[in-house]
Amino acid sequence: MSIEIKDINKKFGDFVALEDISLNIPTGQLTALLGPSGGGKSTLLRIIAGLESTDEGTVHIEGVEATHLPPQKRNVGFVFQHYAAFKHMSVAKNVAYGLEIRKRSKADTKKRVAELLELVHLSQFAHRLPSQLSGGQRQRMALARALAVEPTVLLLDEPFGALDAKVRKELRDWLRRLHDEVHVTTVFVTHDQEEALEVADEIVVINNGRIEQIGSPDELYDAPANDFVMSFLGPVTTLEGLLMRPHDIDVSTAGEVAGTTPGEVVRMLRVGFEVRLTVRPTTGRGAGSSPGQEGDVTVVLTRSHARELGIDVGSTVWLSANRGATSVARRAIAAV
Amino acid sequence: MASATRVREPKPVRWALRAIVTAYVFLLVLWPVSLVVKYTFADGMTAMTTALAEPDVRQALRLTVMVALIAVAVNLVFGVGISLLLVRYEFPGKRVLSALIDVPLSVSPIVVGLALVLVYSPRNGLFGKGLSEAGIQVIFASPGMVMATVFVALPLVIREVVPVLQEIGDEQEQASQSLGANAFQTFRRITLPSIKWAVVYGVVLALARSLGEYGAVKVVSGNVTGQSRTATMIVESKYQGFEQPAAYAVAFLLAMASVVCIVVVGFLRPSTGDHS
Repeated sequence: MSIEIKDINKKFGDFVALEDISLNIPTGQLTALLGPSGGGKSTLLRIIAGLESTDEGTVHIEGVEATHLPPQKRNVGFVFQHYAAFKHMSVAKNVAYGLEIRKRSKADTKKRVAELLELVHLSQFAHRLPSQLSGGQRQRMALARALAVEPTVLLLDEPFGALDAKVRKELRDWLRRLHDEVHVTTVFVTHDQEEALEVADEIVVINNGRIEQIGSPDELYDAPANDFVMSFLGPVTTLEGLLMRPHDIDVSTAGEVAGTTPGEVVRMLRVGFEVRLTVRPTTGRGAGSSPGQEGDVTVVLTRSHARELGIDVGSTVWLSANRGATSVARRAIAAV
Repeated sequence: MASATRVREPKPVRWALRAIVTAYVFLLVLWPVSLVVKYTFADGMTAMTTALAEPDVRQALRLTVMVALIAVAVNLVFGVGISLLLVRYEFPGKRVLSALIDVPLSVSPIVVGLALVLVYSPRNGLFGKGLSEAGIQVIFASPGMVMATVFVALPLVIREVVPVLQEIGDEQEQASQSLGANAFQTFRRITLPSIKWAVVYGVVLALARSLGEYGAVKVVSGNVTGQSRTATMIVESKYQGFEQPAAYAVAFLLAMASVVCIVVVGFLRPSTGDHS
């Protein structure tokens, strides 16, 4: 185990940021801390880095007791959401910083910086200032800077949060490939479930200062521990009192079959290749409610499927859970 | 684009505003100061050379520069230190400290001088007696004058540095730490280069203020000719003593020092553009 976290508690005044967190992060993997804003995931990452102290509990990094070590003695690489570029230094100087602090020889430093700039595709920008780079380039520079000191763990705090959607996707792929090359134990914080599912080997879902579930992306998606995890990993809807995913609901226009819920299509929205239906059940719990209310079921179909069925607003449809659909019993109030 | 579509005041209003501002600055600053220059050089260089030939004047100028330099050095170190404390650390009484720092700006320098006399006077001051028995004279000597000058110029460095520190935030410093730098290395390599221009600007302002200080220094100095008189005091006493040319000459030197400070700042400011 690369990072062992035991019984961590952290409060900011009256606010409980983390409560009884215990977690083992395996060596060489890419782990995502996933959760909503203010849920405590960034605080946990900063505690691992030593940028925040714990009230109770211990942190071990590679077997070394690190709870009270200052950040400069932990040998972790930290990447900030807003890059934290050293504005008065060139890109090459930024990357060389940690090596210069460690008093590596000039030749060594130069060689290592050149290698890293090559790795992050910034070789031609070595002499620019950070202000002359785009957001994505700055974040790659920050990554190279963190990797330069060969950290035992690499920590990324919402690394792509400040970037636009397209660059974010590119960098995500790139981070995954980089990790496959470098194999450094990496922990990154994100509130974007797609990012976590796509990039991480393991996901830790954190909410309200507590761990909700730990598992691989598939485990989390296929067997969410509770309705929070399920609803955080993507859109959900309620059918017959069960929480399930809108694309896991079958729509039929063939007529009443046992186990199906009849309903009327009250809204239809097309976004690209998918069609989102809002169906109001005509029997059972949701019958007779007004638009957007409790009982309404959201269903997602492909455009071609919707055309094939000939569905439009006002059509009557029969809904049933897809065989193999993931569903979770709905907690009355806890669901967000 | 924005400037092209900006709504502008009608022409007469713009001209009137310009005229008012120009007249205001001319009557309050430009004209009086130009008169000092005019009177100084009314007889060519004579006023200046005779004044500078006087040992008292030379002593006063030397003392002024010395006191100002020491005061600026002290304010530089403590100013940057207090700024870091105010911006980067949380502690009880922080707001009170921040408010206290502005006191020298709001309190009359005479009051500052009096307060220092009360504490350090060798006869009845709180610390003064002990210090004078130990052979250290504060009041009526240069240590007191330095203290008074430090006091009045105290906020200038801090008020320049604090906003810049707040603006740059502490992420760069945290990044530096996580890369292995200790507190001193982080300060020297990351913080200081970021606040460099604010510090320089603060120092120049503090220098100008220290050179021109009159009230507080006068109270603590004892005003002893040839010993504890600064340039500002020489101007006053020469003027009262019907030696106007000498007064004008020294006043001119003080004004020139301020102008040089302003010009230096003017040259520094544009270069801060890409840093802020």
